[in-house]
Amino acid sequence: MSQTGTTTRAGTTADHPVVCARGVRKSFGDLQVLKGIDLDVRRGEVVVVLGPSGSGKSTLLRCINHLEVMDAGWITVDGVQIGYESRGGRLFHARDSVIARQRQRVGMVFQQFNLFGHMTVLENLIEAPVGLHGVPRDEAVRRARRLLAQVGLEGREDSYPRQLSGGQQQRVAIARALAIEPDLLLFDEPTSALDPELVGEVLGTMRELAAAGYTMVVVTHEISFAREAADTVVFMDDGVIVEQGPPEDVLGNPQEERTKAFLQRFL
Amino acid sequence: MDADGRDVAGARHTFRWGQWAARVVVLVVAAMIVHFLVTNPNFEWGTVWAWFRAPSIGRALWTTLWLAAVSMVLGTLLGVFLAVARMSANRLLNGLAGVYIWFFRGTPLLVQLIFWFNLAALLPQIGIGVPFGGPKLVSWSTNDLITPLTAAILGLALNEAAYMAEVIRGGLLSVDPGQREAARAFGMSSGRALRRVVLPQAMRAIIPPTGNQLISMVKATSQVSVIAMADLLYTVQSVYNRTFETIPLLIVAVLWYLIVTSVLNVVQAFIEDHYARGERGTTGLPAMVRRRLRGRRGAGRAGAPVTTIEQGDRA
Ligand SMILES: Nc1ncnc2c1ncn2[C@@H]1O[C@H](COP(=O)(O)OP(=O)(O)OP(=O)(O)O)[C@@H](O)[C@H]1O
Ligand SMILES: [Mg+2]
Repeated sequence: MSQTGTTTRAGTTADHPVVCARGVRKSFGDLQVLKGIDLDVRRGEVVVVLGPSGSGKSTLLRCINHLEVMDAGWITVDGVQIGYESRGGRLFHARDSVIARQRQRVGMVFQQFNLFGHMTVLENLIEAPVGLHGVPRDEAVRRARRLLAQVGLEGREDSYPRQLSGGQQQRVAIARALAIEPDLLLFDEPTSALDPELVGEVLGTMRELAAAGYTMVVVTHEISFAREAADTVVFMDDGVIVEQGPPEDVLGNPQEERTKAFLQRFL
Repeated sequence: MDADGRDVAGARHTFRWGQWAARVVVLVVAAMIVHFLVTNPNFEWGTVWAWFRAPSIGRALWTTLWLAAVSMVLGTLLGVFLAVARMSANRLLNGLAGVYIWFFRGTPLLVQLIFWFNLAALLPQIGIGVPFGGPKLVSWSTNDLITPLTAAILGLALNEAAYMAEVIRGGLLSVDPGQREAARAFGMSSGRALRRVVLPQAMRAIIPPTGNQLISMVKATSQVSVIAMADLLYTVQSVYNRTFETIPLLIVAVLWYLIVTSVLNVVQAFIEDHYARGERGTTGLPAMVRRRLRGRRGAGRAGAPVTTIEQGDRA
């Protein structure tokens, strides 16, 4: 392990939230996409974010690792405000290299997989550990092979991403996110680009991660995954969190009209 | 096999009269050209062959080659910086790169070469010190710095950088933005993401126009003859000005230029093949050579699955 995360993680305790968001606002031009979001994600918690298209789910997820720069409010990941540095009690925009380091323990899985196309599966998996975390190459390779076995893809390490099916690519992408020994995993609609018969294998892998105790924030339209794997379901609409709680409550007995209307569509 | 005649294995090609007529015409024209080349005494093939091997021409060719190589390398390096600057969110960098590209693409190379060669007329001394007429720490006479050689390299490289910047920018734009995003999300700095993820994938789009640029560069070096650089064309010209063997000597130059560009074409094909890894199926010369080699090496293991050929891209 590199020392990057230790300073922050030393201060955190088991019940201290991994993600803590307060009053997060974000606009694209005149369009207000996030209108004040408060969210806590505890260690080992699986949070599934549901909501209609355009409600700001992806934007929220991308604000967490600073791929999107928010306008107001704050988010900490393991106590660190990604994208910002505090000096002398004042907050500054962090330099590129600092932001890069702050992101190193947050894994992300994208809708379009975004595997590095010029690298083999194995190279994709060891790129960050070897290049950024200073893990010795043979150890990274050993760990990568173990992760590939875990997502059911042993023997494919020398394939290029384009030689794999969508479902296989997404499982490689998940393994790539695990390879950095993440403190937090972010998923943005990981199954939306997949053919229906391939969705199951990816959701299966994600269920295993949830059971293994990873801290996950998952944006998805798979209600069944939310019901089975989520500790907390967050329902967003029009840039606000309308309702959140255990899946039994939010999915089984929604209180808000908008939640009911949204869930109606999946019956 | 198939009573209805639907089996495509039995399908024939229709005889195409037009295609055959075209072939005959091309054959006849080719024969006419060869006849013209061989029977016309004014080509003086004996003279051509003598000069083709002449040491003075060899030295001139060498000058052309390394001038093109050095200018291309410098131009490409500067071009990478310009391309990245042109794409950065930093307004100042972006603007500066834009002005550079606008100026150097907008003026003729010949003018730029002559300008650099005559820099001393505008700026007799080049030095480091306080600007606007303040004291100087060190200074040099421009005439000492600007020789035909440095003027040629300056002119060619700075001009090339403007074109390469656009070639590289086009390549970078061709890579899916998701690649950069994934690299950034995993904690790579912008520079590292560019080096490790974006540029390698942009190479596929960058190589073919770069091949064009390099070939243009080899020929563009002939323009340095205006500033008395003894490149291939300049040398050939000074020979025929003495001997009046104009046509044969120009043919010598043409032959050498063609040989050099042919070699470059082959090299380009192999580089393209290298950067095609991760893509399905490659074609052309390198694939042919590779299949040959593999065929020879793999003679003992006949019947190897066909898929190894596609997956063995990096073998
Ligand atoms: N870079 C951008 N520039 C301008 N508008 C944007 C940008 N990104 C997102 N938006 C807008 O912000 C709104 C919220 O987008 P977001 O992607 O967060 O929605 P979402 O909840 O993830 O929807 P979906 O389920 O369709 O993915 C949308 O109206 C979208 O058009
Ligand atoms: Mg989205």
